[in-house]
Parts: sequence; structure tokens; C-alpha cells
Amino acid sequence: MPLMPVVLWTDALVFLLIALGLLFGLYAARHEHLRAPWRRVVQSRVGVAMLVVLSAYGMVGLLDTVHVRLKLDTPADSSAAPQYAPEILSLLDLALSGLRERQEKTYSAPFATHLFVKEAIEQPDGSVIRDFPRLEHGGSHLADPATQRGADILFTAMLGMLKGLVFWVLTAFAILWLIARRRGELMEQTWTAIRAGRTPIPWLTALSMLGLLLILGFVAGELAARYHILGTDKVGEDVFFQTLKSIRTGLLIGTLTTLVMLPAAILLGIAAGYFRGWVDDVIQYLYTTLNAIPGVLLIAAAILMLQVYMSNHAEDFTSLVERADLRLLFLCLILGVTSWTGLCRLLRGEALKLREVDYVQAASALGVGHATIIGRHILPNVMHIVLITLVLDFSGLVLAEAVLSYVNIGVDPTMNSWGNMINSARLELARDPVVWWSLTAAFVFMFTLVLAANLFADVVRDAFDPRLRGI
Amino acid sequence: MTDTLLQVEGLTTELGAAAQPLRVVDGLDLHLQAGETLALLGESGCGKSMTALSLMRLLPPSGRILAGSVRLGGTDLLRLTETEMRAVRGGRLAMIFQEPQTSLNPVLTVGAQIAEAVRVHAGCSRAQVPERVVELLRAVGIPDPAQRAGEYPHQLSGGMKQRVMIAMALAGDPQILIADEPTTALDVTIQAQVLRLLKDLQRDTGLAVLLITHDLGVVAETADRLAVMYAGQIVETATVAGFFARPAHPYSRRLMESLPSADRRSGRLAVIPGRVPPLDRVFQGCRFADRCQSVMPVCREETPGWFEIGAGQGVRCHLWADSLQSVVGSWQSAASGASEGESDRHPAAGNGILLRATDLKVHFPIHRGILRRVVGQVRAVDGVSLDLRAGRTLALVGESGCGKTTAGKGILQLVQPTGGSIRYRDRELIGLGHRRMRTIRKDLQIIFQDPYAAMNPRMLVGDIVGEGLQALGIEPRRAGRMRRVAELLELVGLDPASANRYPHEFSGGQRQRICIARALAVEPRIIICDEPTSALDVSVQAQILNLLKDLQERLGLAYLFISHNISVVAYLAHEVAVMYLGRVVEQGPVDVVLDDPRHPYTRALLSAVPVIDADRRREIIRLEGDMPSPSHPPPGCHFHPRCPVAIDACARSYPGETRLNDARVVHCLRANQE
Repeated sequence: MPLMPVVLWTDALVFLLIALGLLFGLYAARHEHLRAPWRRVVQSRVGVAMLVVLSAYGMVGLLDTVHVRLKLDTPADSSAAPQYAPEILSLLDLALSGLRERQEKTYSAPFATHLFVKEAIEQPDGSVIRDFPRLEHGGSHLADPATQRGADILFTAMLGMLKGLVFWVLTAFAILWLIARRRGELMEQTWTAIRAGRTPIPWLTALSMLGLLLILGFVAGELAARYHILGTDKVGEDVFFQTLKSIRTGLLIGTLTTLVMLPAAILLGIAAGYFRGWVDDVIQYLYTTLNAIPGVLLIAAAILMLQVYMSNHAEDFTSLVERADLRLLFLCLILGVTSWTGLCRLLRGEALKLREVDYVQAASALGVGHATIIGRHILPNVMHIVLITLVLDFSGLVLAEAVLSYVNIGVDPTMNSWGNMINSARLELARDPVVWWSLTAAFVFMFTLVLAANLFADVVRDAFDPRLRGI
Repeated sequence: MTDTLLQVEGLTTELGAAAQPLRVVDGLDLHLQAGETLALLGESGCGKSMTALSLMRLLPPSGRILAGSVRLGGTDLLRLTETEMRAVRGGRLAMIFQEPQTSLNPVLTVGAQIAEAVRVHAGCSRAQVPERVVELLRAVGIPDPAQRAGEYPHQLSGGMKQRVMIAMALAGDPQILIADEPTTALDVTIQAQVLRLLKDLQRDTGLAVLLITHDLGVVAETADRLAVMYAGQIVETATVAGFFARPAHPYSRRLMESLPSADRRSGRLAVIPGRVPPLDRVFQGCRFADRCQSVMPVCREETPGWFEIGAGQGVRCHLWADSLQSVVGSWQSAASGASEGESDRHPAAGNGILLRATDLKVHFPIHRGILRRVVGQVRAVDGVSLDLRAGRTLALVGESGCGKTTAGKGILQLVQPTGGSIRYRDRELIGLGHRRMRTIRKDLQIIFQDPYAAMNPRMLVGDIVGEGLQALGIEPRRAGRMRRVAELLELVGLDPASANRYPHEFSGGQRQRICIARALAVEPRIIICDEPTSALDVSVQAQILNLLKDLQERLGLAYLFISHNISVVAYLAHEVAVMYLGRVVEQGPVDVVLDDPRHPYTRALLSAVPVIDADRRREIIRLEGDMPSPSHPPPGCHFHPRCPVAIDACARSYPGETRLNDARVVHCLRANQE
């Protein structure tokens, strides 16, 4: 076997999350009243477009989640056990190995052919001058960058666009064929129906968004093979590669933290509101106490403890990636512990209100047990609050990660994350001339993700709100 | 017609997007004279409130007036600029709303709010404003007006707030007052006070009132003329006397017949099938045709015109076309026959007492301070004794806040009673744990007031109805449960296919049917009906009351019917218990209690109920003030501070029960003295 799969802790949790999502999907598909709202989601233009964007992010994140170790080239002696490289790589790393390996010395601007700082260059004649040296990889195929670069970039971009278009047409054709087969009509008929917007799902929007993403992706891909399209950072790593790697960190912080905090917030919040009495008192004291401790302190304490533990048990962590992964998981845990109180308080208030509502009273008059009342009547009617809080928290958590990295208690400094990128931008922005591309890249990618998530959540919430239906 | 103050012609109003507008008011004509009360009557969704808002030009942003003219004196209000219109609003044309609670700003004193209206309209100097505020408060009958002006809305009761609203409306000396359901949110005794106040004001100032209401009783007592609205149009106008003597439009007739009363006890109420049609379509023919009993082919094809039929009465119905006049006579005689008769009631199905509540008490502790010590008790229910018998209905009557709902919930153990005993078929219910109570839950069920809040919006109707079957393990398998649900839906008159729909797809009346089906699912023996019809329109109320009555006859159910509506009680109940401040003050068979009330509170309550029949009207006994707080009930008889016939002994101790005969109990010292 040329590869050995490695499952990190966070990978396992992501797989668990996906499994839960799939199970819920199967369950919802069999229940018409659960399927109907999701159908309304995909019937909305915004919903479909954002779904495409989010799946693009999700794909990158998922590729980055499957980790492997490569087999080392061993001598032909087949009896020896195969040796694997100590380095853990993800599928994304492998796919972008070109980007990963093409390191420069230090900063270079996007599409630059020369380094950003002057260096002493030894001329062939032995004299030494101070100038901007050529990059080792970025635009190295050009003989005379000053004259050729513009045309080359344009040509490469056009090539990428063409490839993207071709790929898009093929994909669209395949999708069209599938739809036509399901609807049992000719492909021309389907195409005119889609063009006229007569299909229930706005395929035109979905395909346009997909086309936009594919063309952007292919253009970027073509260009990235020859240039550093978003420049390089202090140690010469490609910023585009870093940004793509950061997607996983962002998604993980946003989703795993909520996975950690949800059970506590929902269970305790609803229990406090529904049962009242001493249960309420205990839970209230718990979260008021927890709230009174500054969150940053708790996080710092937890992360520092983990660091001490890891340095004392260095032998348990074979690679840097494992250490960084554990730290990320711990960050998610501790962020979850500090952030459940807000949602818990909201849910307690809502449960207090709902337990007096007539349909809950009717259920208890029918002898329905407490657990069933909570599961059937209270939980579904607070889900919109959970959903809204989750999405708001998602963006908040991605930002919190940046803040925590600033005080050095965020994710591991060796891990790619938008927080670390923004953190390092502090120094870069203080330089003259300013190194702006790290910050911009992180900002654009983060902004797109958060915006898409917010818009999508709006659509989902509207679709699930029975009061808005029929309007 | 000499002194026409307001003349509305062809008023047409639309709401919503231009592509699919709701034509909420369609070609409305009416006129109003000085000193007159015109009632605009109709079910919800008929466009009554939209008419009022159109007159004030206060439509919601999506609304627009398409055509027509509104002439107030000599000016056409629809042609005024917004600035000019602002002088008219509150100046010559004032409006009061249904909900006094939400119409007052809670952070300003009532004096300040009235002063604002005074400053805008009266044009008097700054120094005169407080004086005028006090004067207005006095005019609307608020005792101690100078002090009340400095109080905040939450310190006033509902009736007081509505008076304050009227005072604000009067600040600009309006010529016309538009009252949009001014008493719907109030109790009958308070309603009587407010209606009397409107009448007095009218007599003193010559104010014209446009009274919007759905209550025929209120119309009969206060209005001079009325206009019946249906689906955005006026279908009949008449003088009140003429209308109640001889309603001309089939809709008006059915509306009158669907009113419950003691006379109709032996029969079913007339119902108007279906509901008010949605207003987003173009109508062909008569809008009432689908629900009309005397529908003719012409009704579906031709839009009926307006027919003047004399004595100020006019109607929009084909029946009154000259060529068809003969039909009307026969139809009228046939219709009057239909509502009578039917089977006599079963004699009581067994007199065995199913459930007996003795001295039931529900107190809610009041916590204060940082240690949350108990500083007092709200005695919501304070010693109520009731017997429920199979096949019989016991009505629990009283004003809001008297504890009738809490008593119902206490019996069901939805609220933990503080004391007393509830024996259901020789088992004591108080003190049974959640688990042991479950075996009895099957027999005791409840129907709620608000059918919109009584169902989980995220569950299918089938699951809602089948919830009890599942919870109590009666039908653990889904297939069996769904079969039973279909039967139940059929039983309450709904399509069995409704099981796969969500509650919000149904109208109020249909939802109440679903709630009844849910209660019936577990085959209960006792159902507690907590004002099941008070959120519904008159015609729908009739449907539900008929259904409840049928079910009782077929299944021998016992009802505890909680209501504030005396005519519903008179129609449905066998026995009645009147509650005041957590205690039953009078109890007995329904006809005896309603015809010959012995407790002064019962008398006052009954006298305040608006009655259609002018001959049966009683002298309204005006009660002073409001019901005291149940946390500090007055010493002695709870009613004595408001009682018109109180004697010294009343303040000393709570009067014990006086048994007038077997079934009749009164808690009053003077019960036997008259």
C-alpha cells in the first residue's frame, strides 16, 4: 500500500458530524413534513447559490480532513516492513503539492517575479549589487519579466477560463441529462424550462454560481502553477496555499465548537425552563458563575495546561500535526465550554414561555411524559433560536479564533488559520511599503464564508418558520 | 337626512401586492348623522376595521384607497394633503381601538398622554392644559381625576384604560368617534360601563359614533342604525329596531339564528357553512352564494344590486328583486320553522357524580426580596366545590381574573392545587404523582380557548390528534393510530385527509374541531372546556356548540364549561356556578339561576349582558370600581365593597352557604330576605 491513512482526533469528529448529518438526511427524506422545508430551501435562489458556495468550501475542508502518511521508498527487499514517512499530509496537501513545495525566500507580492526585499546579489562578473532578486518559482519561466509578464498572465488566465468553461459545460451537460431523465423529457425541453425558470429548483442560478466558481477555480489553478497569485509570506510560503489550508481550521472551529456546546446548552437550558424549581436554580447558578469568569482567562488556562501536558508527554505526540490537531480540538472544547451560556439562557427563557403554552398543557393533560414533551413540543419550537445562534456564533467563533491567536492562546502557531494570518499581518502592516496580501487573502476568504453562511441560514430559518409559510 | 355629517360613497380599498390584491373594502356607501350611532357589524375578515382605517387614512403601508369619496361636512377627506389630514384626525374624526392595553404608552403617565392630544388639537395655552386633562378624565367618569392623571397605565384596570383612550379621543372635540370593537377585550360589567359612557357622551355633546363590532347584543343596546358587512361589501342597512324585527339579507338572518340563547336549548343552532371567502379574487355573482341556504341560479351569475325596501332598510340580495318578492315570503316562513323542533334533550344520562371537587384551593406564593421569601399568596382559587355528572354540563361563569381557568386546570392537576380534595370515582387526585396520575389522564381532558395556541405548529394534525393514543399506550402502532385519527376527524366533521396537514392551514373553527378530536381521542368521560368559543366568530361558534352538544348526547360526556358568555351558558349548560374572586358565590340549575339570580353579583353580571330583545332588557345594575386583587381580598364577603345591597354584617365574615333547595346554593347573607 503506497499510503497509510491517519485519523486525527478532529478528523474523527468531522466524520462523526458527517455521519450524523447523513442519518438526519435519510430520516428527513422519509418524512414529508421534514423534507418540505428543505425543499423550500433549494427552491430559493439565494439558498441554492449559497449552497453551491458552501459546498465548495466544504469540499476543500473535507479534502484537507483525510490525512495519510506516504510510503517511503525502501530498498527492494520486500521482506522488510514498509516504512512510512513521519510527515502527515492531507489529500489537499497532495493535490496542491506544487504550491506547497514551491517556497521562496521571503515576502513577494502577488504575481511578482522578484522578491519584495532587496538582497545582495552576486553578479556573474563577481561584483555584488543590492537589488530585488528573481523569485525561484514565481514567473521563473519568463525570460524578460518586465515585458512578458502582462501578456503571460492574460494568456494563462484565458487558458484557465477556457478550461473552466469546458469543464463547466461538461458538468452542466451531465446535470442536465440527469434532470431530463428524472423528468422523463428531452434535454432541449428541460433546457428551455430551466432557462424560463419553470423548474421548481432555480437551476439557472445554481449552474451560474457553479460556473462562476469553476471558472474562478480554473483561472486560479492555471495561474497558481506559474505565479504566487496571492504572494508569499515571511518565510516564502505561498499565501494562496495557506488560505486554502485555513478553510479547514475555520470550518472546524465553527462547527466542532457548536457540536461541543449544543448538548449542554440545549439540555440544560430546556431543563431549567421546563422543570423550574431547584433544577432551574442549580443550572442558573452554574452558568452565572461560569459567565462571571472572563472567557479569555479560562481559555488561556486550558491551553497553557495542555501545553504543559504535551511537553511533559512529548513521546505521545509523534508529529507536529498531531500536536496542532490536539490543540485545535482543545480550543474547540474550551470555546464550547465558555460559549454555551448565552444559548442556554435564551433557551431557558423560551422554555419558560413554552411550558405554559396551551399545547404543552394539552400534552400533559394527555399524560405525555416529560421527556416526550421536551422532545416533541419544546425542542422543535426552539430550534429556530438554536439555528440563529449557531450561525451568528459561527462567524463569531471564526473571529474569536483570530483574537485568541493574537494573545497566543489560539490554534498552534504552526497551523494554517486565518487567525494566524491576520495575527502576522500586524507586523506586516507596520512595514513600509505595506505587505497587504496576507490580510486581504484571509479577509476575502473569511468574508465569503461568513456571508454565505449567514445568507444560507436566513433562507433555512424562513423555510422552517411555519408562520412565514404561504406568504 | 338634514344633518348628514359623514357621507361615504363608493369607497374601495386594496391591500397587498398589486399583482394579487386583497380588495378588503369594495364600493362601500354609508352616511352618518350628528348624534347618531351607526354600527358596522360583521365577522372577522369582512373588512370592518379596514373601513375605519380607510376613513382615517391610516391604512397599513401596503394598503391604498382606489376609489370613492369620504365627505366630512363639506370636505372630501381623500383629497386632503397629509398635513391637512392630521388636523382632521383627532380633531374632527377620532378613533378608539380594541385593545386599551397596547394603545397606551406604558412609560408615560396617562395625564401626559392626554395632555399631548390636548396640546395638538385644543389650541389652549400651556397653563390650561392640566386643567383640561382633568376635565376630560372627569367627563369619562374616572373618579378622582386629578390624582389619576399622574398614574401610569399599568396602575389602571382595563375599563379605566379604555376610558382614558376615550378621553384622549375627546381631547380635540371630535364630531365623529370611530370605535373599533371598543369593548371586546373587556368583561361584561366593564363593557356595560363603557357603553353607557359612550351613550352619555353622545347625549351631552351630539357626538356621532361609528361603532365597529361583531356582537349583535352590543348593537341592539347602543346603536340607532346598523350596516352589515360581508366580504368587503355592505349587504344590509337598517334601523336597529327594523333589523331585529325583520332582517332582510339571508346572512343577517342566519347570523341572528346562530346566536345561542336559553330559548334555543332544545334545538340545534343554525350554522352558516363554510367561511368568509378570501378577498383576493374577482367575484362573480353574490359573495354569499356559496354559504346561502336560499341560493338561486341567478345568485351565482349576476351580482345583486341594492334594493331599498322601505323604512330606511336596504339590502343587497336578489331575493328582493321585484320579480322575486313572492319567494321571500315563503322562504321566511320556511326558515323560521327550520330552527325549531328537533329532538328533545335526553334526560340526564345517569345522575351519578363522576367527579367531586371539595374546597379546592390553588394559591400562588408571592416571592419578594433577595432570599425570595414568601410574602403573600395570590388566592386564585379559594375553596371551590363542584360536582360533575355524566352527560351533564356544569358552567363556571365569571369575569376575567376570578379564577375559573385556574380552577379548571387545578382539577386536571395541570396546576398543583394547594388544598381541598378532588375525588374522581372514589380516587383522590390531589397528591397523585405525575406517574400515577397518567392512568387517570385518559378520563379527564381539556379544550382551550385559543385554538391557534393549542396546537404545536410543527406537528402534523394526525400526530397532534394521536398524541394521547400514543402517550397512554392505547394504540402503540402507527397504522392503528392513524386509522383511529381518521375516525375521530370524521366524528368532528373534518376530512380524514386533514391528518397529513399542518394546523396553520386551518381556520379557527376547524382548529377548534381538531382540538376537540384530540381531547376525544382517549375516550374521556369529562372534558373541561375553557372558553372554547370565545375566540371564534358567531357563526363558527354555533358550529362548535352544536358539535359539543351532539358529542355529549352520543358519548354521555360530562362538561365543565368555563365561560364568560352568559348566552352560550344558557344554551349549553345544565347547571351553572358563578365565581367571584376565587369563590363560587351562587350555584344551581341553569334556568333557575339565570332567571332568578339571588346573589347581588349574579344579578349585576346578568343585567350587564347586552340583550337583543328590547322587552327582556333589565335595568343595568352598575357596579362601582373593579374586582379587587386576589392577593388581598376584602374581609368578610368578597363582594361587599361593590355590593349595592351590602349591610354591616357583610364586612365581618364570609357568608356561609345558604341552601335554597336541593341543588341551589348561594353565599349571601341576604339571600333569603327577598
